[in-house]
Amino acid sequence: MAEAQNIPAGSTTAGSIAVAAESTVATRMSAPPSFDVADFPVPHGREEEWRFTPLARLRGLHDGTAVASGEGVKVEVEAPEGVTVETVGRDDERLGKAGTPVDRVAAQAYSSFEKASVVTVAKETVLTEPIRISVHGQGGVAFGHQVIELGAFAEAVVVLDHTGDAVLAANVDYVLGDGAKLTVVSVQDWDGKAVHVAQHNALVGRDASFKSVVVTFGGDVVRLHPRVRYAAPGGEAELFGLYFTDAGQHQEHRLLVDHNTPHCKSNVAYKGALQGQDAHAVWIGDVLIQAAAEGTDTYELNRNLVLTDGARVDSVPNLEIETGEIAGAGHASATGRFDDEQLFYLMARGIPETEARRLVVRGFFAELVQQIGLPDVQERLLAKIEAELEASV
Amino acid sequence: MATLEIHDLHVSVEAENGPREILKGVDLTIKQGETHAVMGPNGSGKSTLAYSLAGHPKYTVTGGTVTLDGEDVLEMSVDERARAGVFLAMQYPVEVPGVSVSNFLRTSATAVRGEAPKLRTWVKEVKSAMEQLQMDPAFAERNVNEGFSGGEKKRHEILQLELLKPKIAILDETDSGLDVDALRIVSEGVNRVRGTGEVGTLLITHYTRILRYIKPDFVHVFANGRIAESGGAELADVLENEGYDKYVKGGASA
Ligand SMILES: Nc1ncnc2c1ncn2[C@@H]1O[C@H](COP(=O)(O)OP(=O)(O)O)[C@@H](O)[C@H]1O
Ligand SMILES: [Mg+2]
Repeated sequence: MAEAQNIPAGSTTAGSIAVAAESTVATRMSAPPSFDVADFPVPHGREEEWRFTPLARLRGLHDGTAVASGEGVKVEVEAPEGVTVETVGRDDERLGKAGTPVDRVAAQAYSSFEKASVVTVAKETVLTEPIRISVHGQGGVAFGHQVIELGAFAEAVVVLDHTGDAVLAANVDYVLGDGAKLTVVSVQDWDGKAVHVAQHNALVGRDASFKSVVVTFGGDVVRLHPRVRYAAPGGEAELFGLYFTDAGQHQEHRLLVDHNTPHCKSNVAYKGALQGQDAHAVWIGDVLIQAAAEGTDTYELNRNLVLTDGARVDSVPNLEIETGEIAGAGHASATGRFDDEQLFYLMARGIPETEARRLVVRGFFAELVQQIGLPDVQERLLAKIEAELEASV
Repeated sequence: MATLEIHDLHVSVEAENGPREILKGVDLTIKQGETHAVMGPNGSGKSTLAYSLAGHPKYTVTGGTVTLDGEDVLEMSVDERARAGVFLAMQYPVEVPGVSVSNFLRTSATAVRGEAPKLRTWVKEVKSAMEQLQMDPAFAERNVNEGFSGGEKKRHEILQLELLKPKIAILDETDSGLDVDALRIVSEGVNRVRGTGEVGTLLITHYTRILRYIKPDFVHVFANGRIAESGGAELADVLENEGYDKYVKGGASA
């Protein structure tokens, strides 16, 4: 069972490795996946998938009272040559192929969006420049859908940037053809009032590699569901995440890697720093190794660094294994405090308190940042971390 | 000439059953160039004195004064004290995960010196200081104190002493847990700093062993939260032969 505790009461990590005949990941949800919002009851907050989320701050995304307004978000796609960008209607058959909404807000988004963007990279096209998708909040309510599809052996980097102020519910599909390589960096750099709830579904083709980098800094409430499935054997997924949760912010990342196919790999590493009163980070890492998924190799990690009193972390890694024939499976979760002794040691060497915190936070994130492998993104991240620290200490 | 003056210092810690007074009126004056050995049995309050001077938040000063060249040290924050020239080599140095030694050293040198040291001379300076302390260069890339052996931690403390060049160096049981080789290497480091004549040293120790390498000008016996007796280097020999018994309340006389 997961446990929620207040720092500094102790570790806020709960986790389990279950060897089960049947997945409990699915049965823990209050309704089966569906594209139709009517298939989900309005959550009251005690459901497994909602119990950490402040429903009252979702501005009606969960109960049908949020209605799309004219100035929701402005989406701009900047794509290099070789990329097709289309705006399509609800009936386009390329939508929804990577995954089905698993909760009411995702289903609400799917039931409510009017136009979707479909970005296609033709087979064997190798891009040297990233595709940049900017989602800029204009202060209103919006429901979105985006599809990024790579043909066989295509290679691309997508930077999905969320800024401004909005109440946004969205689904994003990543469809990777055989042997394709896709890196997606999703940056949640919202203004302070924004609410963002989204499900990101990746469907990884045979021998394809998917790398997701999720970076969450801003917003009032951000709740993301990065999910991965494999269309065929040989696929690889790396899911990296970084969050910096400030006073009053709720940042929730709920991951699922569904090893439904043999000989696929996954590696999950999320790290977060928290500071300030009522900063709340939630990390749920579900990894499911189905009976058919022989030869699976998976590892997931979540680490949290709590910089001040009053912040709270709920970290729940959950590994379910339905076959004994795996290459490797593991998980780790830890929440540590930047403690007074460390602070004293650094300050006793003349280092001012803010600088001391900065040193420790930078060190905490450094290894993960290096794994991103995109220098300009890495630099922006480090700069952002500095700014976060400067703004609030 | 830098002078640290401790006058009638009283310090308490928060214990289970309320505040407990550990330092009960310490008087001590340390001048630049001098070396004072403070010797005493375990639990007499030596580390409390060291931490209180450095400003550790666990210790509450309930009375007395500490000044550095007339400036009120007790008013300063921990980092201000360090920048003013007070250095504490800790008995139990703290691990700081994620922060490399090289980054740490440069950040603290920048803070203490008031400007970033020039990169080229800095690299040389660190390299030669590490060589003299017989530290492997690979050490610089490790995280501060993480997984260090006892001896490595103490060398790392003295490395900082050499690089930060304080006015007042407080060495809290730097000798404890060191084998003879390490003790010699660490003592030589302290002596290099003392040799400049620009540091006043407060050498806290339980044993006389380190005094064979570092010759004190003054020896103070610390017992029950205050200085029980002061003398010259010869007092160490008396302690060597007779132990602390006669200073400990209720202890059998030697
Ligand atoms: N946090 C604390 N709570 C209660 N007693 C403490 C605390 N810290 C130190 N002491 C006590 O203060 C006394 C002096 O400790 P210390 O300064 O470490 O002595 P020394 O360094 O001479 O061995 C000891 O009796 C020790 O138990
Ligand atoms: Mg001690």
